[in-house]
Amino acid sequence: MTLWVAVLLACVLAFLLKLSGYLVPEQVLARPWVQRVTPLLPVALLSSLVVTQALLDGSGTLTLDARAAGVVVAVVALVLRAPFLLVVVLAAVTAALVRLMAG
Amino acid sequence: MSERARFADLQGPALRQGLAVGLATGAYGISCGALGVAAGLSVWQTVLTSLLLFSGGSQFAFFGVIGAGGSPVAAVATSTLLGVRNAFYGLQMVRVLDVPRFVRPLAAHLTIDESTAVAIGQRDLRQARIGFWVTGLTVFALWNLTTLVGALAGDALGDPRAYGLDAAAAAAFVALLWPRLRGREPLATAALAVVLTVVVAPVAPAGVPVLVAGLAALAVGLPRPAGRAVA
Repeated sequence: MTLWVAVLLACVLAFLLKLSGYLVPEQVLARPWVQRVTPLLPVALLSSLVVTQALLDGSGTLTLDARAAGVVVAVVALVLRAPFLLVVVLAAVTAALVRLMAG
Repeated sequence: MSERARFADLQGPALRQGLAVGLATGAYGISCGALGVAAGLSVWQTVLTSLLLFSGGSQFAFFGVIGAGGSPVAAVATSTLLGVRNAFYGLQMVRVLDVPRFVRPLAAHLTIDESTAVAIGQRDLRQARIGFWVTGLTVFALWNLTTLVGALAGDALGDPRAYGLDAAAAAAFVALLWPRLRGREPLATAALAVVLTVVVAPVAPAGVPVLVAGLAALAVGLPRPAGRAVA
């Protein structure tokens, strides 16, 4: 699958999911187990993406580098209720500075 | 048919909240554009995700998997799984909006975290409808504009690592995750997802650990919460 096909496929599937809420009979989506699992799905995927993006190197091994420093700063910013964009910028600046200092 | 919005309706809280949320959310489309390009998508591909996919979490996830060297298939799967929640927002909004059939695709496209949150936060139905449309349309307009700006800037910057854009991507996931971590089940799910990722990552191709970690939601959510309601 080329990147273009993937981009378009992700767009189509995202739209169909959104539309399904408006068209699918309520009973299909209102099952108790579906309602319990659905809010947990983003939690699981995002947690995994944090680890992948911040703590794993190209071969999937745990690594502590500038990215981890950026995430620590991001968490501190979130605790202090910083807005999304500021959190992201602070993390980037931190990682860039750590790399600059490490040479 | 007295369904047309009256002038007085626009003085309620929904318009102001919708605009405020729209502005705040629209602004971080900058990071979306920059991260898309940093992950290896072209400016056009990045902009297209904001126009057509239009769901921040799914876009960031797609970029994250591609950026980490994962396959396009894994990127589509992760992005799609993250979009499942939008179906449930639609389920709530279809009752609130009461729009004709031909408007439903447009309403569906604008059904995201922010528009749903502002709508269901209103006290009456009319304000809820204003909240949904104002938030959805404001976020959509700004998100697409700022994505383009971010993508062009990211494209001009060169090496994304020198600017810490890989850490920015990680921070974006932390910020998206943060408000969802309230309560025991979300925390248990997050912990299990982290363990699964670390265990699977060394032996699986990039992009697959994220999908395996999705099983954490099933493991925590599927067992019936027997007898716990009594406590």
